[in-house]
Amino acid sequence: MTTPPDLLATPAEALFAALLDVLAAKGVVREAELAARIAATDAASPAQGARMVARAWVDPTYRALMLADGTRAAEALGIPMLGAPPLGVLENRPGLHHLVVCTLCSCYPRAVLGYPPFWFKSAAYRARAVRDPRGVIAEWGTMLAPDTEIVVVDSTADYRWMVLPSRPDGTDGWDEAALAALVREGDMIGVTVPSPGPARARPSAATG
Amino acid sequence: MTRLGPGTRVIVRDDWPETRGEAHIRTPHYVRGREGVVVRHLGNFPNPEDLAFARPAATVPLYHVRFDPNTLWPPPRSADVLLVEIFGHWLEAR
Repeated sequence: MTTPPDLLATPAEALFAALLDVLAAKGVVREAELAARIAATDAASPAQGARMVARAWVDPTYRALMLADGTRAAEALGIPMLGAPPLGVLENRPGLHHLVVCTLCSCYPRAVLGYPPFWFKSAAYRARAVRDPRGVIAEWGTMLAPDTEIVVVDSTADYRWMVLPSRPDGTDGWDEAALAALVREGDMIGVTVPSPGPARARPSAATG
Repeated sequence: MTRLGPGTRVIVRDDWPETRGEAHIRTPHYVRGREGVVVRHLGNFPNPEDLAFARPAATVPLYHVRFDPNTLWPPPRSADVLLVEIFGHWLEAR
């Protein structure tokens, strides 16, 4: 898999290409494996998690699978999970809300949500999400009933966690694609909740 | 080590290996020495404290442990429950 010279613009790229060549020559990786991994990485985005959420809202059997084994539920929708850490799913219900943080670094369910947004990795979010989740959630403009129990999940080790938000009112009869389009990255982290109205808080689209 | 069942009250070891040399630790500082309750056994994984240094890594149990935020930080209370993944060798049953 020799890389064309015009792609070696920087020393880092040259080093990377040389490493790939050596790994291929030694039979450690094959070109097809690399291509499959790159395709899986490119396909990973919040839209994948949103498809899972929408399916769970319309299919109780799928919802049960998703809560029992997030990895199998992702694979059931064709999302590649090979090599990904096990996926746990946290179900929001009326009166119960989950917020995910990784205080140690930036553990994130990349297979189903893509790259973490820049703020997820910030020291401010990581410090405040565990100590003052109500304050953080309020700053996103998210309205929770005052007596809602807030469970903060610090993703510290080998699991990755996503939130299954509650299906918003006013979406009766919506099809799965329309429901999936409502679900944003922040809804599956827990800083926001999905809403069919135009005034919903928009999670950042930025990645970093 | 003995597998800890759901509902077991545990104390997180008040240990600071990072003060004794190079260390890679997945136990947040804010729960060390604090009491929690095992919610469930999440699975068994190679010990990241060895994996990080390319040492042979024993497979160790990982638990979801629930903490009362009131026992971790001064008021005002903001979270109701804090769930943290903690490896078994950091936990001692009460």
